[in-house]
Amino acid sequence: MNFDMGSYGAYIWPAYGISAVALIGVTLWSIAAWRRAKTKLSRLEKK
Amino acid sequence: MNWLFRYANPHEFMRLSGAVLPFTAIGTALCLLAGLYLGFSVPPDYQQGSTVTMLFVHVPADVVAEIAYGAIAVCSLLSLVWRHPLADIAARAAAPLGALYTALGLITGALWGKPMWGTYWVWDARLTSFLLLLFIYAGYMALWNAIEDETRAARAAAILALVGVVNIPIIKFSVDWWSTLHQGESIMSGKIAPVYLWPLLLMMLGYVLMFASLWMVRVRTVILERRARSLMQAGA
Repeated sequence: MNFDMGSYGAYIWPAYGISAVALIGVTLWSIAAWRRAKTKLSRLEKK
Repeated sequence: MNWLFRYANPHEFMRLSGAVLPFTAIGTALCLLAGLYLGFSVPPDYQQGSTVTMLFVHVPADVVAEIAYGAIAVCSLLSLVWRHPLADIAARAAAPLGALYTALGLITGALWGKPMWGTYWVWDARLTSFLLLLFIYAGYMALWNAIEDETRAARAAAILALVGVVNIPIIKFSVDWWSTLHQGESIMSGKIAPVYLWPLLLMMLGYVLMFASLWMVRVRTVILERRARSLMQAGA
């Protein structure tokens, strides 16, 4: 593997960084929302 | 259409998506890992140098942005013609994801444009029609939120989604119909070198599987929320 992007690194790494942050972020957020909904429903079903 | 309705009721959807999700999630991780490994092992392009690695985050985001819109359009059609409630939930749940991938396509494209074209942005056909896609997503989501009555909101949003479909072929063929800075189609025409094609295909598959996984999670979340809401109303 080659991570030496030379002077283009200034454009390439932000593109990869923003993509990674956005996609990991939306994944974590979606899982958290699902967990919240699941917990709320099971609490209501117990009542 | 009967098979579709059998699987499109919320109970069946929960069962099926619960079974499929682990596979799409693991598939996403494997495709992205393999795609990144191969993507960072490619030789520099003879014209674009190392910026060719932008290909592996830019094109998959663009492709998923359009697939997500196609998915919304299909769900909208199902909603308008058959009034299926799950179709509305599915269409609405896909929109923020589609908008996110569109934004990623625009940002990575701008970051690729600067070193290659000398500019982050130019108002040419491909870039402008893709920016329009972001606005259509924004309008679609705003419309859902603007109308309080959910049935009416669903119908208005579905009509907007179907009208906006016109933009998808415009994005696709913009590089053929107008002269543009953006490079032409190179995957289906076989112009792309295999050394770049394989990591690109893996990343594209990874992005598509990721979208499918997140979409299912979001639809599942809404179904759970609705069950909770109806329990609360029943108990109140």
